[in-house]
Amino acid sequence: MSRNSKTIRVDYLARVEGEGALYVKVRENKVADVKLKIFEPPRFFEAFLRGRSFTEAPDITARICGICPIAYQMSSCHAMEDVCGVKVDGQLRALRRLIYCGEWIESHVLHVAMLHAPDFLGYESAIHMAKDHSDLVKKALKLKKIGNDLVTFLGGREIHPINVRVGGFYKVPTKRELQGLVEDLKWARDASYDLALWTGTLEFPDFEQDYEFVALRHPDEYPFNEGRLVSTKGLDIAIREYEEYFVEEHVEHSNALHSVLRRRDLPPQSPSLKGRGSTPPSLGEGLGERSGNYFVGPLARYNINFDKLPRSVQKAAKDAGLGPVCKNPFQSIIVRSVETLYACEEALRIISEYEMPERPSVEVHPRAGVGCGCTEAPRGILYHRYRIDDQGTILDAKIVPPTSQNQKTIESDLWHFVPKNINLSKDQLTWKCEQAIRNYDPCISCATHFLKIEIERE
Amino acid sequence: MPKKPKVAVWKFASCDGCQLSLLDCEDELLAVAGAIEIANFPEASRAVIKGPYDISLVEGSVTTPHDAERIQEVRRVSKFLITIGACATAGGIQALRNFKDVKEFISIVYAKPEYISTLEKSTPIAEHVRVDFELRGCPVNKYQLVEVINAFLNGRKPNTPTYSVCVECKRRGTPCVMVAHGTPCLGPVTQAGCGAICPAYHRGCYGCFGPKETPNTSSLSAWWRRLGVKEQDLVRAFRGFNAYAEPFRKESEAYEQKQ
Ligand code: SF4
Ligand code: SF4
Repeated sequence: MSRNSKTIRVDYLARVEGEGALYVKVRENKVADVKLKIFEPPRFFEAFLRGRSFTEAPDITARICGICPIAYQMSSCHAMEDVCGVKVDGQLRALRRLIYCGEWIESHVLHVAMLHAPDFLGYESAIHMAKDHSDLVKKALKLKKIGNDLVTFLGGREIHPINVRVGGFYKVPTKRELQGLVEDLKWARDASYDLALWTGTLEFPDFEQDYEFVALRHPDEYPFNEGRLVSTKGLDIAIREYEEYFVEEHVEHSNALHSVLRRRDLPPQSPSLKGRGSTPPSLGEGLGERSGNYFVGPLARYNINFDKLPRSVQKAAKDAGLGPVCKNPFQSIIVRSVETLYACEEALRIISEYEMPERPSVEVHPRAGVGCGCTEAPRGILYHRYRIDDQGTILDAKIVPPTSQNQKTIESDLWHFVPKNINLSKDQLTWKCEQAIRNYDPCISCATHFLKIEIERE
Repeated sequence: MPKKPKVAVWKFASCDGCQLSLLDCEDELLAVAGAIEIANFPEASRAVIKGPYDISLVEGSVTTPHDAERIQEVRRVSKFLITIGACATAGGIQALRNFKDVKEFISIVYAKPEYISTLEKSTPIAEHVRVDFELRGCPVNKYQLVEVINAFLNGRKPNTPTYSVCVECKRRGTPCVMVAHGTPCLGPVTQAGCGAICPAYHRGCYGCFGPKETPNTSSLSAWWRRLGVKEQDLVRAFRGFNAYAEPFRKESEAYEQKQ
């Protein structure tokens, strides 16, 4: 093998949730192959949801991911309410946003400070980093805890909260009880502003591509639970239309299902399902000519909804060095901090306007039909679709988590990122590739429940 | 200074929630990290220190042939092996496949079933290797987790109760939701440890900590029936996150036959 050929193999990707592996092959200074492998065992959620009651979906699907259970609970509740023709609004809707704020804070700070920052500073982990940056880590831990406290207060516990149900909650707090969170949230607001400024001082590789970002967009607010699906390249559809535009594609080399977005400038036709081979996919075109990869998560939300952020948060973003558009995935660490700040402000706003609703939930009676829900998990849009019968028994379920939607974009980033860094030592390059993957905060546990696994047999 | 004990965290089929509980110990994390050497915890660190390990925390259930081998290796390199969470102690929610034909499950989710290598059943770790301690919950309670780690580091028995959730309700002063509101609750047959969260939120326990010691499941089922719960819903209730734990499994099967 010549000097300029190398193979990068990270057999167990660290600091991502779940199990994944990366394989990059470089031949004669050119990338010959990139594989992001998922070897998390399948758990068959869509299969065992069949036959369960529609009221069980929030608790069952929460177990797909311990990092973002609220997202699963929210998407499934909305989907079930969609089938049954029920709308949850007023203060119950506000409380849903409030608990989501907690999850964003907790999940974003975990990623920013404990999983991603060590890459920028060259530490193996936040615990290693804490030796030299103890104030930073301590402050981040406190901030993360405030997010968790909010989820725990409203949800009963931070992981797999028990208080969320189809139709609302089992129990809602009094105005006074909620006031108890205000002091901490004010501290958190200031701390996340500082965190955003700090992330702005990190060094970022000059790297961006012509991505198609996809996020929810709501007429009045930065999105959590509702809105239309909008992209930076002209997509603007109702959640119900999701499956007409987004398709899962079987990619041979990784034995995985990836999500792709159909091109709208071509006449409608089912997309090509060809495997990719070893040439880099071009963005916006992707595998077949009729579909392309896309980008979901904090960067997408920010780029599509910057105008919906309060002035103060827009200003903080500016102070941290961001414009209204950010296309460098490495800078997602800043955007996550800015969204953390937004979540703190939004939580404070909701609490200040809160009046305890008369009833903790709206009654939901099952009726036969199909319903969809899509909400903004910390890592991006999470789509659920269910078909139920008139007894409320689930007949069919489909769940598309954010990580599987980003997976093709992650690989595409690597195809373009590796050549720019080809002269780094193998160890350095390996670490850089890991960092490029961690830009997406991939949650492999989520992605896997429908990803194919390659088991090597010797 | 004596050498710090080495702790490793291993993941099998799971949602990551139980190991995340460690990172959720925000107040204790740095202290714990100071007392031990985190030798292998891929979710938190890219640094890996070679075994053997003093304590291995194992999350998740065994669902693939590969994992069935891997757990043997984990056992070999671990002085104490502690399983954390319903997946590891009972097979988890993914053990719902154990009641069905897994081939059908595969074809529902995957377009090309032939690529999937998976076992017929999702099984708890203790079905494969000797386990030194099982910590229950979906997810585990983080204070219990810290207690168990502490106990093993100090060579004592962990102080974790085996009585029912009902005892925790009494202690917390929560009125019984079954008596007061006629809300079906699995508390009487479920092991304590969560602090009786659900009833405090006006909801019946759904058994995420699994069966308590010698639970009287049939008497509870009879009570539920008197509250108007349908047989089908009884099956669902016992067939949750600890569906494959023996007492719950038997009870759900008994009612499935009656249907
Ligand atoms: S026991 Fe529950 S919380 Fe723990 S890993 Fe399994 S599904 Fe997740
Ligand atoms: S009350 Fe029951 S279901 Fe609720 S958290 Fe406790 S053990 Fe789990």
